[in-house]
Amino acid sequence: MNPFFQAWPPEASLHAVRVDQLFVAFTVLTVALTAPVFVLMGGFALYYRRGRDVDRTRAPRGNWRLETAWTIIPFLLALVFFGWAGWLFFGQDRPPADALTIDVVAKQWMWKFEHPGGQREIDELHVPAGEPVRLVMTSQDVIHSLFLPALRLKQDVLPGRYTSLWFKADLPGVYALRCSQFCGFDHSVMAGRFVVMTPADYSRWLQQAGTDGSLAWQGFQRFRALGCSGCHGPASTRRAPKLEGVFGHPVALDDGRVVTADEQYVRDSILYPAREVAAGYAPIMPTFAGQVSETDLLELVAYLKSIGTAPAQEPAP
Amino acid sequence: MSDYVTLREPYAARRQQSDADFLGMYVFLATEAMLFGALMCLTFMYRAEHPQASALAARQMQLWIGAANTGILLTSSLFVALGVQAAREGGRRMTAGMLGAAMALGVLFLALKGAEYGLDYKDGLMPVVGHPSPVREGPAGLFIDLYFIATALHALHMAIGLAVLGTTAALVLRGAKQLPQQAVVVEMSGLYWHFVDVVWVFLFPLFYLARG
Amino acid sequence: MNAPPLQTREERVSYLGAGHSLRSWLLTTDHKRIAILYLVAITIFFAIAAVGAALIRLQLMSPAGEILSHEGYNRAFTLHGVVMVWFFLIPSIPNTFGNFLIPLMIGAKDLAFPRLNLASWYIFVIGGIVTLYALIAGGVDTGWTFYTPLSTMFANGHVLAVITGITIAGFSSILTGLNFIVTVHKLRAPGMTWGRLPLFVWSHYATSVILVLATPVLAMTLVLLGAERALHLGVFDPTIGGDPLLFQHLFWFYSHPAVYIMILPAMGVVSELVTAGARKRVFGYWFVACASLAIAGVGFLVWGHHMFVSGQSPYAGAIFSFLSLAVAVPSAVKVYNWTATLYKGEVVLDPPLLYGMAFVGLFTIGGLSGLMLALLAIDEHVHDTYFVVAHFHYIMVGGAVSGFLGAAHFWWPKITGRMYPLVWGRISAGLIFLGFNLTFFPQYLLGYLGMPRRYPTYPPQFQALNVLSSAGASVLFVAYVLPLAYFTWSLRNGRAAGPNPWDASGLEWTTPSPPPKHNFDETPVVDRPAYDYPLTRAAPDE
Repeated sequence: MNPFFQAWPPEASLHAVRVDQLFVAFTVLTVALTAPVFVLMGGFALYYRRGRDVDRTRAPRGNWRLETAWTIIPFLLALVFFGWAGWLFFGQDRPPADALTIDVVAKQWMWKFEHPGGQREIDELHVPAGEPVRLVMTSQDVIHSLFLPALRLKQDVLPGRYTSLWFKADLPGVYALRCSQFCGFDHSVMAGRFVVMTPADYSRWLQQAGTDGSLAWQGFQRFRALGCSGCHGPASTRRAPKLEGVFGHPVALDDGRVVTADEQYVRDSILYPAREVAAGYAPIMPTFAGQVSETDLLELVAYLKSIGTAPAQEPAP
Repeated sequence: MSDYVTLREPYAARRQQSDADFLGMYVFLATEAMLFGALMCLTFMYRAEHPQASALAARQMQLWIGAANTGILLTSSLFVALGVQAAREGGRRMTAGMLGAAMALGVLFLALKGAEYGLDYKDGLMPVVGHPSPVREGPAGLFIDLYFIATALHALHMAIGLAVLGTTAALVLRGAKQLPQQAVVVEMSGLYWHFVDVVWVFLFPLFYLARG
Repeated sequence: MNAPPLQTREERVSYLGAGHSLRSWLLTTDHKRIAILYLVAITIFFAIAAVGAALIRLQLMSPAGEILSHEGYNRAFTLHGVVMVWFFLIPSIPNTFGNFLIPLMIGAKDLAFPRLNLASWYIFVIGGIVTLYALIAGGVDTGWTFYTPLSTMFANGHVLAVITGITIAGFSSILTGLNFIVTVHKLRAPGMTWGRLPLFVWSHYATSVILVLATPVLAMTLVLLGAERALHLGVFDPTIGGDPLLFQHLFWFYSHPAVYIMILPAMGVVSELVTAGARKRVFGYWFVACASLAIAGVGFLVWGHHMFVSGQSPYAGAIFSFLSLAVAVPSAVKVYNWTATLYKGEVVLDPPLLYGMAFVGLFTIGGLSGLMLALLAIDEHVHDTYFVVAHFHYIMVGGAVSGFLGAAHFWWPKITGRMYPLVWGRISAGLIFLGFNLTFFPQYLLGYLGMPRRYPTYPPQFQALNVLSSAGASVLFVAYVLPLAYFTWSLRNGRAAGPNPWDASGLEWTTPSPPPKHNFDETPVVDRPAYDYPLTRAAPDE
């Protein structure tokens, strides 16, 4: 990257290329709709200057057909772009089922990334090129926003909630990673590198990066350490829902609603168990608020995801 | 042309001036509607997101005091309406009397509200002060906080309404405002009072009747 | 004739001469004097906010930014935003030119509630003093948007004082809007039907509707914010079930219509500048009038376009995107109609028209970038970057401030009875157009390149564009100081303007310059349409 001047942001994905195309096309449309304004305004101002002997007879007071035309036609053209942009945007809404999930925890003023194998990074995100990657993100304090200009993507990161972003980066390289929601003192230096690697390089990097075990395995350790199996384990005498096969599936609640057991549901169940109680169970689960960090929660989520379809067994480290 | 009514700058006719006064009051009430409306929308959304916690919180409220206050306020509005009618007919003492009765009920409302807040304090429902009851945890506490903000804001508007009614009644009784020529003053005060009443009519079911 | 102020006969018998004591100014109920009180106040606030801008642009000359600490920079841009939005832009045209002109334009002696008008000014000043106290006592570092939970639980500084000051000023806005609405409904002179109103009045009417309906929502938002910060109530606190996104919804529900409060009056001004500059009736009067109402109405429905990547549902985002494209349509209609007004007109390139044309050029560019921001996939890239900063400055500064200055250059002779040197007016208009583009066009590029906003330091490859932008800002500074200089000069040395120096139509031009205290000796009776060119009355000599 030229340190002195940048003419155009790098395009690291097909989505980025498409967004740029949309942007350029829309710029052309907007110029086409307004160049006449500049030309005509300047032109009329000069041509019809007082003192010039030009035809000023029958000056129109209005022309409703013309007005209707220049109201409706630009709007319809703009709607075409609305559709195009919406299609691009919604394409980024639902990730493919086999996307690699990377957990993100933002805090003032750094980014923490955790790969499924347990590899941790701070202010740097390594991803394989050509594979869909899904980021599950939360904040420990204020609202941040993860901005990857080379992908033309950003998503706000909220406290108390998981937001997600998915992408498929195509072009290996080192790109910018920035915070783009004002978060206080060091907002402008809450940045780092977004490294896209070939799949082979990525595997090598994973092996070299230190890990305490896969996220799911760490989650399992946490599950045992916090005593969750005391109620949720097979040998428990307490009436608590079994957690195998739960993640990703619908759960009936005691007030009649049915919700999907996604990351947010798991997190809320651990921190605020009285809010959504499974049907047929008493609200006796204690809260673990204050005992688990955001990172712990993400590990527990990874563990529950891992037993979401398989029968209960210790996950691979 | 009556010489009781002073035409203010820049008006040219009495009718024009009273029309303007009315329109001004209606616009002002529209702004108050947006103020309370914003809070009500917010509360409605929280009720929808946390139905059980909201119901639990609502069950802590003093339903009978709230219901009694609703009746008291509606009755006071009746008196105000009667007062406006009397003003239109030129009855000075009747007008002041009706407004006075409405004010008495308004004072009763505020007294009951104060007693209610006292009970809430004893139950540990108030934010910041007192020993917090376990109910205040989580979204239920949030609902209770919204209840306090809404009812406190409403009580403030009630107090202002009392001042408005009182001033009007005094002016009418003293003869500073002649009836029926200047009945518009009573009508506008009445409008404000009715509005404060209507706000309560929305607040009561929104909070007290959320008991599930 | 060079005469000192208040020495000409016209001035002595005008509203300016009716009482010289401080008391006669501070206790006036004359809408024209109140307009001048507001003018003084907002000029002071503009200067303060401009200092914030100067600090920002100085800091951003170098990537490592050595002028301010991060904390200092955060406070500088918060000061700039808060003071510019609430203490300059929102009151600027309505409370100065709206106050002065609306009664004159409709043939009335004053606004509907003159004492309320004075009270509005005092409330405004008190709000300003409270806010300034907070900013001087150390400032606030949350940005003018006060997002939670940063502002409720993490920010240091005088957040409560600042939001109190803003809430107080909000009451002033509400009362102004109320006053204007009742005035336009009830105080029009005989024959001044809605269809004969100047478009300036239509715009201010639409603005007033927004003022009265949107500002109370801001009041409630700030009350809740203050309650959370002071009493730890937790409405926006996720740990007890609150939702920080609800703050954004509440905040933008007001703040998006607020931007239409800032631009609609300027559009009303431009309608006057273009028709007078072309000596011609506006093209499509009813389309322009209804466009103001449409902007006000649809403007209430688009707030979610500030929240496309906030965690808001993408389906809600799609609806807001569609409506945001729709709200651009009436603005485009106005721009096309102003252009068509010049066709077959009799154009004189005096400063007012030049400012009007500068508005059209800059507002159009800004509006188009708004359309880009309304497209979901583009916003996902440029949200919270300098692209947005460029967009809103093109509208607020290129648009609203140009409108304000255009109004000043048009009605100065009416307000003061003095004329300023036209050549300097033309130079200012040109300098503003050039300086403005130099300052803010590079910011579009910076935004697309990926420079986020609210950054005191930035990667070195963005420096060239930032330096260009700061250079432009210094040109803009000169362009803003110039009018201050020659307007002040004209108070003492400008020649007497006469009732209608521009040969313009409109009831305000039928009064002497400056107008007498009661505006009209006899209530005018209107029997002609608006913009009744060519004028049938012979224009008096200057």
